[in-house]
Amino acid sequence: MIKSVMVMNTQGKPRLSKFYDYQPVEKQQELIRSVFGVLSSRAENVSNFMEADSIFGPDTRLVYKHYATLYFVLVFDSSENELAMLDLIQVFVETLDKCFKNVCELDIVYSYSKLHTILDEIIFGGQVLETSSTEVIKAVEEISKCSLSLSLYIYIYIYLLSSLFLLCVCGAGFFMSVHVINR
Amino acid sequence: MAGASIMETLFQRNLEDLIKASRQQQVRESLFISKSMDEIRREIKSTDLHTKSIALQKLSYLSSLHGLDMSFAAFHAIEVVSSPQFLHKKIGYHAITQSFNDDTPVMLLITNQLRKDMNSSNHFEVSLALECLSRIGNIDLARDLTPEVFTLLSSIKAFVKKKAIAVVLRVFEKYPDAVRVCFKRLVENLESSDPIIVSAVIGVFCELSLKDPRSYLPLAPEFYKILVDSKNNWLLIKVLKIFAKLASLEPRLAKRIADPICEHMRRTGAKSLMFECIKTVVSSLSEYESAVKLAVVKIQEFLVDDDPNLKYLGLHALSTIAPKHLWAVLENKEFVIKSLSDGDFNIKLESLRLVMAMVSESNVAEITRVLVNYALKSDPEFCNKILGSILSTCSKNLYEVIVDFDWYASLLGEMARIPHCQKGEEIENQLIDIGMRVKDVRPELVHVSRDLLIDPALLGNPFLHNILSAAAWLSGEYVEFSRNPFELMEALLQPRTSLLPSSIRAMYVQSTFKVLISYVHSYFLHKENVASSIDSGNQASEVPESFSQRKFPESSDLTSEAPACSEQDGDFNPRDSNQSFEDLSTENDGDVTVTHGQASTSASLGKNSFTQESIVNLLNLVELALGPLSRSHDVEIQERTKNVLGFIDLIKKEILNPIIQGEQYLAREGTEASNAVKLMRDAFSKELGPVSTSAQERVAVPDGLTLKEDLSDLEMICGDALLPLSSSFSLGSPQYGEKFDAPLSNLQSKDESEPLKESTSLLAEHRKRHGLYYLSSEMGEIVSNEYPPANDPMSQDKLSDDAADLVKLTEQSVASKKKPNNVKPRPVVLKLDGDEIAIAAKKPELNSGMLSGAVRDVLLGSEALPTSSRSNLSDKPSSNKKGKEKLNTDLPLESKDNLGGEEMPGGAASSRKSKHRSHGKERRHKSVGKNGEEKEDNSQKKETQKSNHRHGRHKPRQKADGPLNVVAQTPVIPDFLL
Repeated sequence: MIKSVMVMNTQGKPRLSKFYDYQPVEKQQELIRSVFGVLSSRAENVSNFMEADSIFGPDTRLVYKHYATLYFVLVFDSSENELAMLDLIQVFVETLDKCFKNVCELDIVYSYSKLHTILDEIIFGGQVLETSSTEVIKAVEEISKCSLSLSLYIYIYIYLLSSLFLLCVCGAGFFMSVHVINR
Repeated sequence: MAGASIMETLFQRNLEDLIKASRQQQVRESLFISKSMDEIRREIKSTDLHTKSIALQKLSYLSSLHGLDMSFAAFHAIEVVSSPQFLHKKIGYHAITQSFNDDTPVMLLITNQLRKDMNSSNHFEVSLALECLSRIGNIDLARDLTPEVFTLLSSIKAFVKKKAIAVVLRVFEKYPDAVRVCFKRLVENLESSDPIIVSAVIGVFCELSLKDPRSYLPLAPEFYKILVDSKNNWLLIKVLKIFAKLASLEPRLAKRIADPICEHMRRTGAKSLMFECIKTVVSSLSEYESAVKLAVVKIQEFLVDDDPNLKYLGLHALSTIAPKHLWAVLENKEFVIKSLSDGDFNIKLESLRLVMAMVSESNVAEITRVLVNYALKSDPEFCNKILGSILSTCSKNLYEVIVDFDWYASLLGEMARIPHCQKGEEIENQLIDIGMRVKDVRPELVHVSRDLLIDPALLGNPFLHNILSAAAWLSGEYVEFSRNPFELMEALLQPRTSLLPSSIRAMYVQSTFKVLISYVHSYFLHKENVASSIDSGNQASEVPESFSQRKFPESSDLTSEAPACSEQDGDFNPRDSNQSFEDLSTENDGDVTVTHGQASTSASLGKNSFTQESIVNLLNLVELALGPLSRSHDVEIQERTKNVLGFIDLIKKEILNPIIQGEQYLAREGTEASNAVKLMRDAFSKELGPVSTSAQERVAVPDGLTLKEDLSDLEMICGDALLPLSSSFSLGSPQYGEKFDAPLSNLQSKDESEPLKESTSLLAEHRKRHGLYYLSSEMGEIVSNEYPPANDPMSQDKLSDDAADLVKLTEQSVASKKKPNNVKPRPVVLKLDGDEIAIAAKKPELNSGMLSGAVRDVLLGSEALPTSSRSNLSDKPSSNKKGKEKLNTDLPLESKDNLGGEEMPGGAASSRKSKHRSHGKERRHKSVGKNGEEKEDNSQKKETQKSNHRHGRHKPRQKADGPLNVVAQTPVIPDFLL
């Protein structure tokens, strides 16, 4: 089972955090900080695993990958394979890359909800359900279409209302001016 | 109102605006966030769902990435979820999964919403609801939504189905009775043609079997099929994980899977699958030589790979296999040693572990030599890791690997001097521990201690203070091995000791006392010898070598007066005393008080250092150094110092005023002082030994004692008092442990043996507590009757019988410990049975702790059901085999449906085997048949049948978890793989 997914930048700012066991927010922040503390002390070109028992309790492993300015971190227990988790990070990043066309940190900063949608398609309640990025993208696109169409509808609705409102104001102004001129 | 909400909607900042704005606020981000929080708090109260949902989204963003509390918005989240629009739902569910937990009060309100969404035609909505359930599902939600999950398990959309399968895990975990409803459909999905579905099911089983593998043995054939047929690495990894668990339970299964796993190892190119195969082999198939050999070959491939990850994992796998197949490690010895200096901390750590695994009696010296050299070179963190693992490996099983304890003692001393050493506490414990356990090493320990104490540089390092404390204790306790007590005294009293913390200073003072006593005692002894030699006309004062042996007096009278006399003796003249010394000594010979219990050292006597001058110098030195300490604010130091000074006053009178004595030819005073010295000496010369943690339990309740019922109250009170005591003393800190063990046991046995009234018991408790305190601080030298020192034979009279037993037992264990074949005989390591008992007792506890709460939930949950059949089950953990059989006869239907069959009696195995298989099939047939009929309109009768069926499925689990684990294991499990 996967316990947590974190994305943070090299300054230690969290960009995405998801805990599959409930953790109070203060605890979440503390965990992120301590993970970053260890990550930042690790050199380049060393193994991608980290002893996480002291941070997350016994029988937890942590694997991370460093892409440009971001660390992608997965925390999991003994029912997951270490190398497979490393691959999963790769899948996640690939998916992001396809979704955002050359993903960069800014994309991740600005698309909070899309990021979660993508992640939720790959990992469901701590279990890996989908490892093919094309499938994930397909689902994510459908979901965003689904929500976009609805929100579009709302915007149109608001737009109509406001234009109606403006029309009324204009109409009233026109009426008033006509009235004044008539005088 | 409507207008206002429209305005709000129009001018509301959405999430993107928020992020943009917050990124512009580089400096005062926290201010900005608190401002936006105010905004959100306002917006979230809006009646417009859109406004509300945007506010909620912003809130969950801030909560997740900036750590703000969002529990106040729980109800708003529920409102947002109830919106008909997908976008709102999505935001709402996201907020709920992120913030809800079991304590959220409004949790109950979402049940209906979840149900509605699970029945929705939009499969994305269904998926949202399932995701939500899988994250926050508690027992109520799981129970109420089980039917929906059951329906979704047979959904035609793979998108929904896989999520429904995954959610089953949470549902089972929280509401074990759901197993009866959903398990069958879950198993059916194993045969799905869609690999995604199969992988989801296997994922669920992998999680489940991790917690309670025994229950899933019957599914082995299905898993085996996947293992052989599947090409999907992801799936294979999970199946291997399951088999790793199952194979350790069922050896025949292990035999069966060994070949396919080897096949995968040979064929696959995927490292992850390869690693999983290796892991399975090293953890569960270590008996299969060929598989292990292949795995080791593959591990070697990993080791030589450039990828540090593979290197690390290879080492990791090696350390898993090390306990069983050490040859695999030895084969790669060079690589392992080389990896110690790798740049990667993980790899270094793994190779350190492996190096420690290679340690044996024959190579411990070389390996530690190499490691200590590495420690000297490496960074502080790794240095301490090395030291820690050396210490723990060497002390394992009571110093099993150590033959030459002198070497080990000097190694400990050497480790203490390593600059980065932070293992003071551990070294302290071991120094004292081997001092007490191994008699032969004491001279060397004293030597090592002296070197440590004498070095003023070490006092400045706070990490070493613990070690110095041990060194001080050792040199005080075993002072008779010291070559030069005077030098030792100077070391103990050197000015830089003011750098020590007070508790350790107190230890120093105490050791000073011991050294002083020993020194003065030798002095008196020397005097006597001189005297006697004068008497016999033999002027050449020879040192009696016969005294060098240390004897233990059979009895000692500690009730005699303590050296309380603190009379001031201001005007003494050390030079005067010199002349009368001879006189005094001649006078002394008449009353040879020292008849037994002499303990003197040939070494110290041999130096012939016992002139009047030297002893006066020593006394002056002590007085000078300890004088200021007698006004110390620390009670310990103050009290101990006062003891020493009082004692000095007592004896100084005699030593420094010899004229009076000499003239008057009164032996009385001399006797008094030397008596006092002797008494103290005797008190200190009692040997302290390790005390087994279970020693107290051996004290049998005396015959003819009836424990009344109202003693249970007493037990409650004493239980409180005893618990912390027994846990607080262990061999880790033996110098305290022993001190209060004897009085404690005394009191305790009193407690047990006499039906005390409550008030007396309270008194006893009080004494016990304070006894602990005084004894530990006083080091047991001046003790009144109530608190006899450890190992005092007098005090142990009351328990003499039991104590004798204990002694016998220890002797036996010591005897059995000896190894006859060593070239250099290994010194006896005092070993107590309690050591092992303590270790052994811990293990089952640990195991039961590891058994996951979830499966226990499964059991408890099912037992709690008010079915008639359950009443039988519910008392099973307490009852035993009988109950099991009864269950079988009571519920024939159940045992027939049972597909586990683990609880079948062993004898009937083969005859039932075939029957069983057919059951399995029958079950499948039945389930297929049932599937058609089994729609929502399940009749009551069907329900019960089904429940019985499921219930039967349940039973093996109960077996597995019950206290009869071992019994359940022996019955034969049908060959699943046929």
